Amino acid sequence: MSTTITHHLTDALLMSYAAGNLPEAFSLVVATHISMCDECRARLASFEAVGGAVLEDAPECAMSEDSFAATMRLIAGMPAEARIEAAPETRGLFPKPLRDYVGGDVDAVQWRSLGGKLRQAVLPTARDASVRLLYIPAGAAMPDHGHAGMELTMVLQGAFHDEDGYYGPGDVEVANEDLKHTPVAAPGPDCICLVATDAPLKFSGLLPRIAQPFIGI
Amino acid sequence: MNQRQTSDARWVRLVERVRSDKDQAAFAELFAHFAPRVKAFLMKSGADSSLAEECAQEVMATVWHKAQLFDPERASVATWVFTIARNRRIDALRKQRRPEPEDLTWGPEHEPDQSETIALQQESELLGRALAALPENQRVLIERAYFGELSHSEIAAETGLPLGTIKSRIRLALERLRQEMQ
Repeated sequence: MSTTITHHLTDALLMSYAAGNLPEAFSLVVATHISMCDECRARLASFEAVGGAVLEDAPECAMSEDSFAATMRLIAGMPAEARIEAAPETRGLFPKPLRDYVGGDVDAVQWRSLGGKLRQAVLPTARDASVRLLYIPAGAAMPDHGHAGMELTMVLQGAFHDEDGYYGPGDVEVANEDLKHTPVAAPGPDCICLVATDAPLKFSGLLPRIAQPFIGI
Repeated sequence: MNQRQTSDARWVRLVERVRSDKDQAAFAELFAHFAPRVKAFLMKSGADSSLAEECAQEVMATVWHKAQLFDPERASVATWVFTIARNRRIDALRKQRRPEPEDLTWGPEHEPDQSETIALQQESELLGRALAALPENQRVLIERAYFGELSHSEIAAETGLPLGTIKSRIRLALERLRQEMQ
């Protein structure tokens, strides 16, 4: 949809998501990015096609004798599939998968202050990884931090830049152990990001380290 | 390999009959082919026999109910069935929610373009052949990834498969879809 997205998902993320092995928190970032990026949507579909080929070549495992009749009974008992909706609902800032987790668009987010004007909202997912929305005022810096695991940061509004580049709406930064960075929100609209991580962030500054137990990063 | 070529196009026609006519005979053919594979897929993913049987029936019931959402310009029937089985696995075995991208669907009046459909099905067949032709250890690694045995940090996305052509074709299908949506 957008032609300005320049930072995309990696093959490893797309293949894990296609195979169904990604933690829920990462899957939310992937699904949100793909909602805005047809290039990654097509790449995902090609990794799903690999899954189709694997299924096609899978050994067969005999179904029980009654299985077809049982399936037809299952079908008869299901409510009729809702009609295909031609037009999507009114567009807001958040794509649909994110709206499902927030319970609405940006105005429905339950922000908590992280000190100053920095705010976050942790979204409910399975505990093997976590995902949160971050609100960074234009020009402000995120705490300087490194990672023990992997971190995905997707921009929804505004932009940020760090040692690695410039990230605008729809862009995703994939960071791992090697990257120790200080994202700074660009001038203009305040920056809203979706951030997923599978390990606690390690802040290098004193204040964020003190705050860390309280903010749950 | 001609046999496979004819079968991929045949599955598309069978799904179309299920969609337009609620054709039980067509569905029975799809069931006979895909249900035992879905069951095997779920058992490889860690389900016991009775859970795999139950889930395979649910997957096939979903195939019936969502037949109108299948887009043969973007996927083969095997790929579509795989995505339904995968989502059932995440729900039943991993007990997690699966965030899905916003749906992109043609309007209810859209008839799939025949030549685009055939081209996409041919790409899927080529991919299947390329997978079968991979060295054993490489193929096993890919299968393990799709059976859910590898975590995201263990997955090597370098598959050795020629994914560029099928990706480009799907990308063009998305562009046509976007144009129609405007």
